[in-house]
Amino acid sequence: MTFQFTPENMKEAKAIIAKYPKGRQLSALIPLLDLAQRQNGNWLSEEAMNYAADMLQVPRIRAYEAATFYTMFNLKPVGKHLLQVCTSIPCGMCGAAQVLKTCKDRLGINAGETTKDGLFSIVEVECLGACIHAPVVAINDDYNEKLSSKKMTAIIDKLEKEC
Amino acid sequence: MLIDKDKIFTNLQGKGASDLRSSRSRGIWNNTGKIIGKGQAWIINEVKKSEIRGRGGAGFPTGVKWSFIQNPNIDPDLPRYFIVNADEGEPGTCKDRDILRYEPHRLLEGVLISAFAIGAHTAYIYIRGEYANEAKILQKAINEAYSKRLLGKNAAGSGWDCDVYIHRGMGGYICGEETALIESLEGKKGLPRNKPPYPVQAGLYSCPTMVNNVETVSTIPEILRRGASWFASIGRHKNTGTKIFSISGCVNKPCNVEEAMGIPLKELIEKHAGGVTGGWDNLLAVIPGGASTEVLPKSICNIVTMDFDDLCSLHSALGTGGVIVMDSSVDVVAAVFRLSLFYKHESCGQCTPCREGIGWISRIMQKILRGQAGLRDIDLLEDLIKQIPDETICAFAAGAASPIQGLLRHFRPLMLERIKRL
Repeated sequence: MTFQFTPENMKEAKAIIAKYPKGRQLSALIPLLDLAQRQNGNWLSEEAMNYAADMLQVPRIRAYEAATFYTMFNLKPVGKHLLQVCTSIPCGMCGAAQVLKTCKDRLGINAGETTKDGLFSIVEVECLGACIHAPVVAINDDYNEKLSSKKMTAIIDKLEKEC
Repeated sequence: MLIDKDKIFTNLQGKGASDLRSSRSRGIWNNTGKIIGKGQAWIINEVKKSEIRGRGGAGFPTGVKWSFIQNPNIDPDLPRYFIVNADEGEPGTCKDRDILRYEPHRLLEGVLISAFAIGAHTAYIYIRGEYANEAKILQKAINEAYSKRLLGKNAAGSGWDCDVYIHRGMGGYICGEETALIESLEGKKGLPRNKPPYPVQAGLYSCPTMVNNVETVSTIPEILRRGASWFASIGRHKNTGTKIFSISGCVNKPCNVEEAMGIPLKELIEKHAGGVTGGWDNLLAVIPGGASTEVLPKSICNIVTMDFDDLCSLHSALGTGGVIVMDSSVDVVAAVFRLSLFYKHESCGQCTPCREGIGWISRIMQKILRGQAGLRDIDLLEDLIKQIPDETICAFAAGAASPIQGLLRHFRPLMLERIKRL
């Protein structure tokens, strides 16, 4: 399976590279990996990593290093909706454990797993930086705040219907 | 208590819009070119006189940090870089997020002035990856500023060229450490660098670099507009100005609020966050400045004021101003155990004492929680937190030790209750 950017993403990639001085194109690596991950269904395949590194003419090991260091890179396929449940202490004191349990029970999977239909994954994450709105669950890019079990169930119901 | 006219962040609650026109109506971008016209030396001196200390957690005087760039030994031919640290991730802290999304132009005006002050024509705003929507809002503001010639060539009519770019992180608490942030911005793993050289000598691409927190940078324009003496008149000597506090956990109305430095903790919580759940008497403990500061028991919360030096004298710290409130229903030992898992997860792994030591800390904490620990484990815990921070490249390990240190200092009886009785 070869990977390459769509024409639209190629344009975006060039704009990203142009942010950094000439000869410092390695700076664009992490943003390009993010772009590749978005195009690739929210995970990074080896082909996608190689593609980004080759595009910047940097050793491929650089891409593997970055992809394994930063927590937002997914190295295996994840669900269409990635439920990132914050369980750090402000969220923890405001009911995050209950929200996490609701996600697990409703979807029948544990944290770190994906539903069989490929629609949902759950991950436990560290502080999302929205503590005054605890408890918080980020679904892909979007924050869902001040959650309760009831609200969480309604959100999952809605996402399921849309699919 | 801070009076309304002394507030800087007038749209912190997001009641108004964040676009350029609305921002201008709040006084942002007012006379920016004229301020820059007063010159670098004047700006750095004003910032020094205001006594503002960095709002990212360390509390180092910003003007002093800036003045290091005037060192004649710094090669004048090298390009200089200005970086905004928007990698907010300290548990309990969410103030920068609301600046990014509700006051983006206040930040951008600060970026232009700060970049000019340290002689940089290029600025990067390093924003944590999870703040994807905040980055979009900020990018919109940048585009607006460029279209009105407030950024780019001859920015705001100042004669100074300044390009501003957003760089998004991809998950890693350690990238909030300024040299790790620079490594990350260079496309590498976020591993803190040995210092010296400091970023001001050799930072991004080995060039002179200044890194400042979002709140610090956003405060600069108003300091220069209203004068250093105005800013210094709020709070007290060496603890001046206004500060944004994030109040989370067991309070009735969690919020971000801008207050005068040195406000009593009790007043802060009762006046702005609707009080502790179940009332002040139901308070157990407060972590006053984000996860990396020592937890305080109620007896200290009764009297402490929120500034750098008062909290420091009580072995804690103002940190980021992220106030985490725990009421009597909270198991403080379990909460600190959860924090040790955070540090274990976020250690970059570069230094052995931090990588291995924090794992030990969390395993001992788990033993205590499960009632499987003996008295010797408490001694071992104490030993570990004393030794780990001295042997590492950055301050992360010291941050990891703080919650445990606070627990041992103030809640030892609660720990001893769980010791295995033999």
